[in-house]
Amino acid sequence: MKRIGKYIISLIAVPAMSVSVMAAEPAVTGQDTPADTPEVTEQAEAAANSSEDSSIDIKSLIFGHIGDAYEWHITKIGQKDIVIPLPVIVRSSTGWHCFLSSKLEEGPYKGLYCAEGGKYDGKIVEKDASGNEIRPLDISITKNVAGLMINAVIVVLLILGCARWYRKHDVLKEAPKGVAAIIEPVVTFINDDVIKGSIPAEVSGKYAPYLLTVFFFILVNNLMGIIPVFPGGANTTGNIAITLVLALCTFLAVNVFADRHYWKDIFWPEVPWWLKVPLPLIPITELFGIFTKPFALMIRLFANIMAGHAVILSFVSIIFITVKMGPAINGTMTFVSVFFGIFMDFLELLVAFIQAYVFTMLSAVFIGLAHEGSTKTENNK
Amino acid sequence: MPDSGLLFWMLVIFIIVLAVLAKWGFPVITSMVDKRRNYIDESLKLAKKADEKMAGLMKEQARIIGEAREEQNKILKEAAEARNNIIRQAQEQAKDEAAKILAEAKVRIEAEKESAISQIRSQVALLSVNVAEKVIRKNLSSEQAQKELIEKMVDESLKIDSASGN
Repeated sequence: MKRIGKYIISLIAVPAMSVSVMAAEPAVTGQDTPADTPEVTEQAEAAANSSEDSSIDIKSLIFGHIGDAYEWHITKIGQKDIVIPLPVIVRSSTGWHCFLSSKLEEGPYKGLYCAEGGKYDGKIVEKDASGNEIRPLDISITKNVAGLMINAVIVVLLILGCARWYRKHDVLKEAPKGVAAIIEPVVTFINDDVIKGSIPAEVSGKYAPYLLTVFFFILVNNLMGIIPVFPGGANTTGNIAITLVLALCTFLAVNVFADRHYWKDIFWPEVPWWLKVPLPLIPITELFGIFTKPFALMIRLFANIMAGHAVILSFVSIIFITVKMGPAINGTMTFVSVFFGIFMDFLELLVAFIQAYVFTMLSAVFIGLAHEGSTKTENNK
Repeated sequence: MPDSGLLFWMLVIFIIVLAVLAKWGFPVITSMVDKRRNYIDESLKLAKKADEKMAGLMKEQARIIGEAREEQNKILKEAAEARNNIIRQAQEQAKDEAAKILAEAKVRIEAEKESAISQIRSQVALLSVNVAEKVIRKNLSSEQAQKELIEKMVDESLKIDSASGN
């Protein structure tokens, strides 16, 4: 199991690295042009209509798409932005405020406004007594939060739909149909191969619901992130706050219920004494390991998904960068970028599944390591 | 830096999803899948047992057929023997019967012969008497003398007869 894990990690590391390299290029090349971040087709029109003076800031375009926002921008028709306003919930110096994000467009609302540039670029800020921008306590339902909620509902509906099928039908007489037929093989695959393969049988049942939830949560969020229009498109798993929470849950699942054997291996491992007595070299390394493992989980998922989105957006942006270079180059590059965009979308589908799988599998492996002692002592008996 | 608001909501959403799915979602699915797996395992075991039983039955069947065939042969053999016996007995009976009939016929023939001989003897005696009377009527005056002579002559002739008959 561990060997497979390492193999998969190396497998994923290679495209991820190449992806981030590619992502960096367009961001650098297209810095000289300002503008907003509309959808692909409308942007083409916009670029064609508005002549030389309108150009595109690719960097802000890409980060606008993969970043968070207070409203859900869907598209731009002509000069009109189509956005879904989302509730803003902040606690400023004047108390709690709850209003729709559309109110911010007309200027400061109750002393709150979106910062432009500076430390809190794009975030809601207020001015304190000395005129400095300060950040209020902000628990707004942003684009990512709304996306998370939609995806969470999808996950819950999928799994409960499957569970409902099992409640309504005799499992011994009927083959699964509908949702159950889609979900069951995946659940079985994760449960049997990943969870039971990594965690000792006595405790695997305890962790199975958590690991399965993590898998489906990440998978649905990844897939919804690839869909470019409204219910999807929020870059949830490509945001470090989300992967941080997931990694934190795994960190707790590993360490809170770990057995004595696990802690002994960290503080008094079976190595030559001089590696741990005057200067506890190995114990310090092991102690670091406790934190680096979930940290790696966090970064891996975040980086893979964000890089994937950035690459797809970069390919799309090529079309608009090359508009000024004349129709011949623009036409060729459009073809190339559409071709690579399709290729990247397929790759992202694969990555969406692999990343969910890797996160679940590594979590299972770490949990399994924290329960190794129980199996060892039992084997000795 | 991770955004605190997003962090907060993610924590809330993920914990709710985890709680809901861990309570009503995955345990139902995994337990049902396990249940079905156990059922299939059981069914396979039963099928294997049934197969074994089947093989046993086939063997039993073959044995029974073999026995029946043996029985059949035995019965046929016995039947053939019985038939032979009956035929032999019938033949013997017929022979006995025939012998008895033959013996009876012999006895009757003997008796017939006897009676015929005595009849013939008396007939011959009468004829002889008549002939002799006619021949010697004159020679024999008394009846007594006549009879004595006749008896003597008949006896003689009979002796000759029996001697020649034997």
